Amino acid sequence: MKIAVAIKQVPLRDSPLRVNAAGTWIDQDTLGFEINEPDAYALEEALQLREKHGGEVIVISAGPARVSQTIREALAKGADRGIHIESNLAGLDALGVATLLAGALRNESPDLILTGLQSDDLGYGQTGVILAELLGLPSSTIIMQVEIQPGKVRVKRELEDGWFQHIEMPLPAVLTIQSGLNKLRYATLMGIKKAKTKEIKVITLDGAAEVPPASAVIERLYAPEKNKQGQIFDGDPKTAAAKLVEKLRFEARVL
Amino acid sequence: MNVLAIVEQRMAGEVLAAAQQFAASLGTEVVTYSIDLPYTADAYAAAAEELIRKVNPQLVVFGHTYQTRDYAPKLAARFGRFLISDVIGGKPPVFVRQMFQGKLNADVRLVGDGPHFVSVQAGAWHAVVTEPAETFSPDLSASRLRQVPEAPFREAARAVDLTAADIIVSVGRGIKEKENIPVVEALAQALGAELAASRPICDAGWLPMDRQVGSSGQTVSPKLYIAVGISGAIQHLVGMKGAKTVVAINKDPDAPIFEVAHYGIVGDLFEVVPALVEEIKKSKA
Repeated sequence: MKIAVAIKQVPLRDSPLRVNAAGTWIDQDTLGFEINEPDAYALEEALQLREKHGGEVIVISAGPARVSQTIREALAKGADRGIHIESNLAGLDALGVATLLAGALRNESPDLILTGLQSDDLGYGQTGVILAELLGLPSSTIIMQVEIQPGKVRVKRELEDGWFQHIEMPLPAVLTIQSGLNKLRYATLMGIKKAKTKEIKVITLDGAAEVPPASAVIERLYAPEKNKQGQIFDGDPKTAAAKLVEKLRFEARVL
Repeated sequence: MNVLAIVEQRMAGEVLAAAQQFAASLGTEVVTYSIDLPYTADAYAAAAEELIRKVNPQLVVFGHTYQTRDYAPKLAARFGRFLISDVIGGKPPVFVRQMFQGKLNADVRLVGDGPHFVSVQAGAWHAVVTEPAETFSPDLSASRLRQVPEAPFREAARAVDLTAADIIVSVGRGIKEKENIPVVEALAQALGAELAASRPICDAGWLPMDRQVGSSGQTVSPKLYIAVGISGAIQHLVGMKGAKTVVAINKDPDAPIFEVAHYGIVGDLFEVVPALVEEIKKSKA
C-alpha cells in the first residue's frame, strides 16, 4: 500500500523563543528546527505498516528551503521518497497549507494519509482533518492503533478521560496520530547514507496556486502575562532546597 | 446574524458563556443547538453544515473537545474557513490563543465575512447554567457516512490510582532519559509520594501509562504536587491544577508551570532534586 505522511518542521523543542521586532512572529534566524513530534509518531506508524503490508512511504511537507533537511531525516529513518512544497507559507492558515498538501497528494492517490494530531508551534490541530475534506476522504483523529483490513482500516481513537473507541472506515482515509502509540526509531548510519540518494521532489509555487484567503491573521505574538506569582527560589540548589522545605513545612504545612 | 453555539454534554456551560460574551460584543443573540445523532465525523459535519445554512450565523462557537477536533475543521473548510481552535480569551474579531505549547500567546484577528469558527479551551470561561439546548437531527443519507463506530470502552482498570495520593512527585521531559528516572524516584520515596509523569514520559515508555497526569491521564488533587522538569502544557495543567500546593522545579524561568506553582525552584533538576532529597531527609530526622 501507498502511505503518505504529512510532516511539519518546527523549532527545536528547547529553543529559547524570541518575538520578532514586528511582534507578529518569532525570530527564526538563530533557531534550530526538527520534525514536529506528533508527526514523528505518524511517520513511525507508516514505516511499521509498510513493514507489515509492504508498499511505499512518502513524506510530504510544505515550508521554506530548510524543510528539506527534515524531509531528509525522515528518509533516513526509512521513508522511500519525499515531496517538498517550497513556500514561505506567508499568510496561509491551516486551510491554506492543507490546500497545498492536497494539491500535491491528489496526483499520488495514496491508500492512507497519516499526520500528527497537532503541531508543537501553532497547535491548531486540524491540517489532517482539512486535508481529508479537501481530498473527499473519510478521516479519524487522535488515533492510538491502526489495523489495515482488505479495503478498509480499523482504528482505535482516543476519547477523553481514558475512554477509547474503535472505528472502521473505507480506504483511502486520513488519520491523525496520537503521540506514544509506537516507539520511535532512530536513523541508522546505513539509513542516513541511503537517504542521500532518495528522491525529494520539489514543488515550487509559482504564485498561481489557488489557496483560499486566510480566515485569520496573527496580529500580535507575546509572552503570556504572569498572572500569579508564586515564591520562586533560585541560586545555589542546596540553599533553595532548604528554603523550599522550610516553606512546605511551616507555611504550606504539607510536610 | 447571530452567534451559533454548538454544544455537546462536555463543556456546554463554558461554550454558552463564551458564546454569550462574543454575542454581546457583536450586539447580537446566541442560538444554542446540540446535534442529536450517533457521533461520526461525517454525520456531525453534514448535520452542522445544514444547521449553519439554516441559522446563518456570523460566528459558530464550539468547546475544544476531542469531538470538535474530529469534525469541526472539516465543517469549517466547507465554508472556506478554518477553525480558530482552542482560544483562551478575547472576543470577535480578535481572539487569544496559546502557541508554542503555551510559551507564547497570540492575538488572532478574523479576516473576511462570516461564518467564522471558534473553539474555546476547557477552563477558559466560567460555565453558565444551561437550559437543555434545542436538538438538531436531520435525516442524512447513509452514503455520506463513511465511518462505522463501535461502542466506547475503557481499558482494564488502572493499576495505579493517583487520585488517592496525598503527595505526588511528577516528572516531565526535563528528566532527559529513562536512566534518570531514579533521580525523581528518590524524591518520591523520601516524601512517601506516588510517582507520576506528564504525557511524553509515558509516551516514551519511561513510566507506565497509568502514571500519567493530564487531560488524557488522571486528574489529581493531592495536598502537595511537585512538578519536576515539566514545562506545564495545558494538557498537563488540567490534570493537576486542583492540587492544594504546587511546587515546580524547572530550568526555564518562563515555563508555564510556574504560573500555577505556589513555590518554585529555577534550576537544574539534577542538582536541585538531590539537594531537596537531602533536606527532606534532614527535616525528618
